[in-house]
Amino acid sequence: MTPVHEPLSEEAAARLVQVAALSRTPLAIRGGGTRSLAGVPEGAETLSTRGLAGIVAYNPAEMTMTARAGTPLEVVEAALAEKRQMLAFEPCDLRGALGSSGIPTIGGVFAANASGPRRFVAGAARDSLLGVRFVNGRGEVVKAGGRVMKNVTGLDLAKLLAGSHGALALMTEVTFRLLPVPETAATIVVSGLNDAEAAAAMATAVSMSVEVSGAAHLPESVRGRFAGGALPDGAATVLRLEGLAASVAVRSEKLTAAMARFGAVTRLDAETTGRLWREIRDVAPYADGTPRPLWRVSVAPTAGHQLVAALRLEAGVDAFYDWQGGLVWLRMEADPEAALLRRYVKAVGGGHATLLRARPEVLAATDTFEPQPDAVAALSARVKASFDPAGLFVSRIVG
Amino acid sequence: MDQIGFLEPRPAVLSRRREIVADLLDLLPEGCLVHEPRELVPFETDAFVSYRRLPLAVALPETTAQVAAVLKYCHRYGVPVVPRGAGTSLSGGAIPQEDAVVVGLSKMARILEVDFANRTATVQAGVTNLAISDAVSADGYFYAPDPSSQLACTIGGNIGMNSGGAHCLKYGVTTNNLLGVKLVLIDGTIVELGGKALDAGGLDLLGVVCGGEGQLGIVTEATVRLIARPEGARPVLFGFDTSEAAGACVADVIGSGIIPVAIEFMDKPAIEICEAFAKAGYPMDVEALLIVEVEGSEAEMEAMLAGIIEIARRHGVKVVKESQSATEAALIWKGRKSAFGATGRIADYICMDGTVPLGQLPFVLRGTAEIVEKYGLRVANVFHAGDGNMHPLILFNANDPEDAARAEAAGNDILRLCVDAGGCLTGEHGVGIEKRDLMRHQYADVDLAQQMAVRAAFDPQWLLNPSKVFPLEGRPAA
Repeated sequence: MTPVHEPLSEEAAARLVQVAALSRTPLAIRGGGTRSLAGVPEGAETLSTRGLAGIVAYNPAEMTMTARAGTPLEVVEAALAEKRQMLAFEPCDLRGALGSSGIPTIGGVFAANASGPRRFVAGAARDSLLGVRFVNGRGEVVKAGGRVMKNVTGLDLAKLLAGSHGALALMTEVTFRLLPVPETAATIVVSGLNDAEAAAAMATAVSMSVEVSGAAHLPESVRGRFAGGALPDGAATVLRLEGLAASVAVRSEKLTAAMARFGAVTRLDAETTGRLWREIRDVAPYADGTPRPLWRVSVAPTAGHQLVAALRLEAGVDAFYDWQGGLVWLRMEADPEAALLRRYVKAVGGGHATLLRARPEVLAATDTFEPQPDAVAALSARVKASFDPAGLFVSRIVG
Repeated sequence: MDQIGFLEPRPAVLSRRREIVADLLDLLPEGCLVHEPRELVPFETDAFVSYRRLPLAVALPETTAQVAAVLKYCHRYGVPVVPRGAGTSLSGGAIPQEDAVVVGLSKMARILEVDFANRTATVQAGVTNLAISDAVSADGYFYAPDPSSQLACTIGGNIGMNSGGAHCLKYGVTTNNLLGVKLVLIDGTIVELGGKALDAGGLDLLGVVCGGEGQLGIVTEATVRLIARPEGARPVLFGFDTSEAAGACVADVIGSGIIPVAIEFMDKPAIEICEAFAKAGYPMDVEALLIVEVEGSEAEMEAMLAGIIEIARRHGVKVVKESQSATEAALIWKGRKSAFGATGRIADYICMDGTVPLGQLPFVLRGTAEIVEKYGLRVANVFHAGDGNMHPLILFNANDPEDAARAEAAGNDILRLCVDAGGCLTGEHGVGIEKRDLMRHQYADVDLAQQMAVRAAFDPQWLLNPSKVFPLEGRPAA
């Protein structure tokens, strides 16, 4: 076991980083540890945010919250639920799929830019992050952004820190925007479409002025794993509508009429809708207790099914689609096939693939994050050095 | 006005002017370099007209490769570069300096691809904001960020400043609607960040390039998100007896969980100016006006409006006026969007852009009035109230240097008030030169040092737009 540091204050965290800088001890930053499957590299010590917890300020009328990075996500969500507010980006909980334990933290959510089904209309975690306090690799406490929705004062460092997977700094406090919980929700299910037909149906649905807030395609191989088997036979293309009850009713009818030409249409109530989209968000069908390689692939919406079709000719894969087809959850039967997958991602127009799960030795030997083109990699390395000149913070996202 | 300083021109560059012009003429096709002093005048300032500097030359490249060639040259010889879109910056973001080559993107104004299935448009950086929406509107789509200057301003400039607009309350600002860019780094390297996928791998460099005020590189192409146009949209006017009541109403509407597409605020001077210009049918017997726009199906608009009207009644709303036709709706928006232009017809003005937390709106409005009164000036307030982004227009006489100095001082006091109220110096116009020297009021030295370090990771010699954003003192040695 490598040492684990749990500073109880921002100042203590800063001192700890200063000491580590003097001794050149690499630090692996950890929130709840729910995504740390690859483990901590040899010689590195763990810097945990567990001791930096608690909601600092919650102002429902301004729809913003400030919380320390180690605050458990469930604490944040419980406070929001009391005021019928929510995180717009629906952060996913991948513990089931990754077979990990630990408590997801709000800092970890932003560090991973973890964003669920509503991302394609409401933005990612990075779009909700208004401000951040952090300790950089020099052990300095720095603030960026603020607590207002519109702010272009100086460089938007909060965006850089979102999704930086601990490569740049230890986030100690985050301020983020909120949205009201919609009054109700419903799901329109189109049954029996193949992946290409589903892509066309989803493109049609999101082009309509009915404000679809979730668009996923669940092929027959995974359909039965959702909503307790409540989805009709055949592949399910699912479209979520949210808002005021009267409005959802009207939009449901409109969408149902438009989708009828693609296949048989059924409708799910608010409760089943809630369960279904949580399961899509958390990648429920691949919470299968196996170490079979699990990829999260982001491509253009209409490219998702092309990618999977191409891969099927050369590897054993199972897949389902979120974000109108642009987010592909891929489970490989045996080898992760990283090179093959990334070649096809490029061939269908580009994007990126992240390996989230595999046997430890496979994870260690694979580029879990998408390797960047040379010029971008060099630029990213310079940006990392601007936060962390000694390369103290170990993370696989920047070389 | 001359209170804001510029960097001293580099003698080594000025003395080589003739040679630099000759070299750039070689690098660019005919008609793509402006260098005669008389022809440089249109480029000496932007919409922050109080300050002007003639640049050394203006390059108007036609391709990304030409932008790269110019930057590579300037990098090699240590020549500062000032990127320019349409020159509509209100913060002086595009004002050149004597030793700089302006790189204008006006000749790169083609829409390269519209992809409805993926809801993206890929455009060259010199395309105007409105041209994107115009190109896709027949198919039922639009590009959401809508700065008031959208007829003229370019997407490249929007990315530089992370521009907003009235409808950002629902759809977000530029950074939330930008999927990818082609970016030329100062050494001439061309990189692509993002693309048609919703997110990109690696560090979110796109997130910091957007709003980088042309200091991180020059964007030559962009891929933006298109949004399906709502079934219907309706602006409604709410008139109040006091600005405070209107401000409090805004905070309560947002707090209630209703999020309209836009909530715009105008005080009496702004109402009078805009009504005289646009004949929009604004009520004239109120002290403050809110334009609240809701959208969606008829049922949805009705339901939202009912909720908003109920809240407005609690704040003693005096007039509620719904637009009865598309023409009326267009007039209501025409009045609002012409506010800056209409104000310019009656006086010189400087436009502030601070953002404050919604709960602080009434307090900051009162404070703004007191500050302006203290300096013996007049103010018209017209702004995006839903997200707390204030635009006090301070009226003054530009021919009177003392009046101008007072206006600048009053503006600075107002921005300090915004920061002290928990807000920020600029919500959508950018820091430019205008707010550069106030940055230390919002940020500690260590905060600014971190931003400058990131900036230097992109441009180690500080050649790109060097007089902007960061206070001139305390910069790292190049």
